[in-house]
Amino acid sequence: MSTATDTVPASGAYEPGSHPDLAPPPGTTGPIRWMKDNLFSSPLSTVLTLISVYIVYTVVTSAGSWLVLDAVISADSREACQAIDSGACWAVIVSRFNLSIYGFYPDAERWRLNLAFILLFVALGPILFDNFPARKHMMKFSMAYPVIAYFLVVGGMGLEPVSTHLFGGVMLTLVIGLTGITCSLPIGILLALGRYSKLPVMRMVCTMFIEFIRGVPLIALLFVASVMLNYFLPPGVEFDLLFRVLIMVTFFASAYMAEVIRGGLQSMPKGQFEAADAMGLTYWQAMRLIILPQALKVSIPGIVNTFIGLYKDTTLVLIIGLLDVLGIMRSSLADPKWNGLAHEVYLYTAIFFFISCFAMSRYSLYLERKLHTGHKR
Amino acid sequence: MNEQAATKDISDEIAVQINGMHKWYGDFHVLKDINLTVNAGERLVICGPSGSGKSTLIRCINRLEEHQQGDIIVDGIELTDDLKHIDAVRREVGMCFQHFNLFPHLSVLENCTLAPIWVRKTPKKEAEETAMEFLEKVKIPDQANKFPGQLSGGQQQRVAIARSLCMKPRIMLFDEPTSALDPEMISEVLDVMIDLAETGMTMLCVTHEMGFARKVAHRVIFMDQGEIIEQNEPEEFFHNPQSDRTKLFLSQILDH
Repeated sequence: MSTATDTVPASGAYEPGSHPDLAPPPGTTGPIRWMKDNLFSSPLSTVLTLISVYIVYTVVTSAGSWLVLDAVISADSREACQAIDSGACWAVIVSRFNLSIYGFYPDAERWRLNLAFILLFVALGPILFDNFPARKHMMKFSMAYPVIAYFLVVGGMGLEPVSTHLFGGVMLTLVIGLTGITCSLPIGILLALGRYSKLPVMRMVCTMFIEFIRGVPLIALLFVASVMLNYFLPPGVEFDLLFRVLIMVTFFASAYMAEVIRGGLQSMPKGQFEAADAMGLTYWQAMRLIILPQALKVSIPGIVNTFIGLYKDTTLVLIIGLLDVLGIMRSSLADPKWNGLAHEVYLYTAIFFFISCFAMSRYSLYLERKLHTGHKR
Repeated sequence: MNEQAATKDISDEIAVQINGMHKWYGDFHVLKDINLTVNAGERLVICGPSGSGKSTLIRCINRLEEHQQGDIIVDGIELTDDLKHIDAVRREVGMCFQHFNLFPHLSVLENCTLAPIWVRKTPKKEAEETAMEFLEKVKIPDQANKFPGQLSGGQQQRVAIARSLCMKPRIMLFDEPTSALDPEMISEVLDVMIDLAETGMTMLCVTHEMGFARKVAHRVIFMDQGEIIEQNEPEEFFHNPQSDRTKLFLSQILDH
């Protein structure tokens, strides 16, 4: 018997109906086969593969030497950096690191931000992962977290009050981003339901709100927040600038969120509404138990997209004089000592935003996989 | 002999009463002067060509569709704009749809317990026991923890029937329950419906399954262009149709 018949039996070797499942013939699966199929399938693709490998090699080695090998980590100024080596001058980041994280928050109170940051993960855990230990009890903490975080960050309840003028850097980005994200989802859901509602007045109000907010650039809304809002309020009433910015950012994100969720609502088959109605569920029960869980699931990519957009849009507060992480790092470019280090500074900010946004994006993929319940009809 | 056995379980109590009911979709007059009385325990099969308004008629009974003129009284409650009346009627009327309309994000068991828990305020454990009982009756207790998307069409429709029964309804509406099924699955659903008929449930079925109509119906109603053209006992209806339209319809669905 030849070796070929050992793996692939001749036709008719088995009785009809008794053919077992066999392993595929050798050489049709595995990494070598993959390379053959994808990288070296023809002379042209072999040439292209080799050229690409060369390009990647040059980019990685030159970037690597600028980023890492020739880089300087500690120095007092740009000149000092250049005197030591020719690569990136990370010393600017090192010397400004605390500023970029905490802004102008008083040194003595920074432990409060650290604590709030650590507690943030404790609070997010049970919300994001349903296999979190003691999830039900931890959920109560998650609900209380915004209040706890408020007092930790702003002060009060025996903690030294810290003026919001001193907020800046990563902490300001997180305050605006996270507040916007947590508030815009519920408001967006209500707006979407309102716009989808059968009540004409409700529908009109929600539609007008959404269209107005969506039709105006965020920067314009921020200017309204910083300059004009006080004219509209009765004299003597004054809101903190940061608070006004938070409201505007939340409104802006809510309008987008509402449209994303409305898309999800519209993708729901009519039969789901009818089945819920036929069972005697009330409107809110039907929405909460049947419609929204499914509509939100379809909307996850759009929702996360809006979250990421909102998170990055927080950098616009620079325009009205709030220094978020980008703003505060840009300000160091104006420092004569570090003048001209734009590459390092912007790269650092880019990496910060990339890590946060990439994490959100991966989480949304995880969530989509987890919520997949067989084929939807 | 079939009739005698059948007429015995019909009571004098009126389950559904429809008087002079009209319905329009915009300008289109879908239902014209419908008068219909269904007694408790009676089983009705409604048939007719597509677009004749038969689905719309039974959907008016639990107010999935609104009627513009005439009265509909279900289980003693008149259907008006009053949400309380509508909710009260919907609690007592179960419905099965052509496309099942199971909730894809909930397991089979959760599909069955949802309404009893939220509408009837039944404790979860009791609702689950009832649900298992009915899943047993439709012969799929072993699928209780699967999601609807993992079941075949016939199984999904049986779950949908069990889901309606979990509310312990007094009236069951079936809107073409077998029309979306592959041929080999139709009989498993019809068997479940026949079992249900034997329990004395008041049933209104829109269906083209004439074998089913012969077997369980007390009365067959033929509709065309929004009107009830003819109604009769199954034997009479099939063997001695009165109007030409009925004859034409029957020849189209029976002769092949």
